[in-house]
Amino acid sequence: MSFFLNQVIIGIQLGSQYVMVALGLTLIFGILDISHFAHGHLYMLGAYFLYILMTIAHVNYWLALPICMVALALGGVIVERLIYRPLRDQPHINTFIAAIGLFLFLETLVRAVKPRALSVSKPIDKVFSFAGITIEAQRLIVIAGAVVLVVLLHLFIKKTRLGTAIEAVAQDRDGAALVGINVNRISMLTFAIATALAAAAAVLMAPLAFISPEMGSVLILKAFVIVVLGGLGSMQGAIVGGYLLGVLEALAIAYVSSAYKDVFAFAVLILILAFRPTGLFKGRD
Amino acid sequence: MEEKLRKFGKPAFCLLVLGIACALPWIGLKLYQVRVLTLAMAWAIAAVSLNLILGYTGQASLAHGAFLGIGAYAFGIFTERVGLNFWLAFLIAGLVTALLGFLVGLPSLRTKGPYFAIVTLCFNVIVFKVFENWTWLSGGIQGQKVPCPGFLAQRWARYYFVLAVLVLVLVVVRFIVKSLLGVTFMSIRSNENLAEAVGINTFRYKLLSFTVSCFIVGLAGALLAVENQHLDFTVTNYAYSFNLLVYVLIGGVATLSGPVLGAVGLYYFLDYMEKSLGEYRFVLFGFILIVAIIYFPLGVMGGLKRLWEWINGRRARYKAQEVAP
Repeated sequence: MSFFLNQVIIGIQLGSQYVMVALGLTLIFGILDISHFAHGHLYMLGAYFLYILMTIAHVNYWLALPICMVALALGGVIVERLIYRPLRDQPHINTFIAAIGLFLFLETLVRAVKPRALSVSKPIDKVFSFAGITIEAQRLIVIAGAVVLVVLLHLFIKKTRLGTAIEAVAQDRDGAALVGINVNRISMLTFAIATALAAAAAVLMAPLAFISPEMGSVLILKAFVIVVLGGLGSMQGAIVGGYLLGVLEALAIAYVSSAYKDVFAFAVLILILAFRPTGLFKGRD
Repeated sequence: MEEKLRKFGKPAFCLLVLGIACALPWIGLKLYQVRVLTLAMAWAIAAVSLNLILGYTGQASLAHGAFLGIGAYAFGIFTERVGLNFWLAFLIAGLVTALLGFLVGLPSLRTKGPYFAIVTLCFNVIVFKVFENWTWLSGGIQGQKVPCPGFLAQRWARYYFVLAVLVLVLVVVRFIVKSLLGVTFMSIRSNENLAEAVGINTFRYKLLSFTVSCFIVGLAGALLAVENQHLDFTVTNYAYSFNLLVYVLIGGVATLSGPVLGAVGLYYFLDYMEKSLGEYRFVLFGFILIVAIIYFPLGVMGGLKRLWEWINGRRARYKAQEVAP
């Protein structure tokens, strides 16, 4: 039983990471209608940036977190301006192909430089145990960090003027432009928020895993699985889907096989498509 | 003048290119370069197959890397372990791949646009993981040997064989594209809802296009295996799906010769750049893909085609039939 609970907690921690990445993807999809396939690679860049900050510049972990988020937010804005904006009126699939180009560019660039399997030290190197459950402090930090960020994001969208503008653009782009909302600025803001979320996920996760050029590619596929699982463009769908997939995966790794650990998510995707193509929550078509 | 050009110019040009391709091994190419060209042409066959589903039917499959590997393994297993003769195994490689394509297409072709691309990419990752871990099937890291039949023992023989298959595939694809079937495919590409509305069962035609495309890419995989005479699980890597996408888009999507030009040109370029750029040459791939899709979405052949139409003052008519994928 305690083994099972342990796996569930690990699953929630995995899920927290997925939620942060999938939420950004959902924001970009729901508001801008872009399938941002290189999102996972900005996450990967976030992890490398953290490594540079911590081991070369000797910045404290907690200070490095906001620095990474801001730096990557800027990176997200650059990506939006240089790649997605010129493609705005072209067919969807062209935007997606451009995203694949960015995906290839970033992954092969980092791989060519060859800093593989790097790791950063944990800020709190402790293991808690109670009632037969043992858990590393970092895992709790990931879970707590995700909850805080998701709540902040929710408050931002529901309570601020800017957040309301974002919702307006998501509902009707032309209508929002008509009432005087600067749609270009909202696009940039969306990318900034989404990429900052991915960077936060990378910084929180980095002490638990190795940093490698490939870390973004499998993650982005899983994030897409979550977006489809939750219902395209639905934010609560992304949250529920993310935790669900995380727990499912942790249990599958523990009880079925770890060699195939990356495959379960994709099997889930094919099952969803076969039985419930609209996802758990009704998103947009 | 123009009428004559239309009637004789194109076939004459094709024959000229074919003639040059046939002469290449004898006019000072090193043996090594013959090998590179053979591999490049095998990739060209795979690119032509991707173009059938991406260019003409408008569905971006990112599973062709997996299907290439499945074709290669089907061929390798049926010749080396089952001991079938070359021709039979070659055919089976295509059929096995087509069957798998059909099965994968059943759920995945119900999704549209980028989601089809993502589902197929997920399938590719699954296949890659299975081949990586199931060593009984794939031979693990050592891989497995692929026997080469007697008549293909010489390097130039393999070159001509791959060239012949490429020409045959091009003829078949041209036949499909010019027929009513091709028109149906293209109607799905330009407006799926409209095609559905006029009574076309778009799902069935997409599935057909995908299955045929998989058959061809399976053959390409078998040819790669014969040329290399060795196989390991990396042949199913999803990176190859991306490479094929780049070949097709740079050469010219929805044109017959574009994928061939893109594949042969870029494969040769990559091989040439290996010494000077090393791993960085793949970085160029991503960069080229971004720039191409923003500024030259029609690729080289598509651009030339449009230029030719423009010179002939038929720009307006051309515009009506939109070529973008």
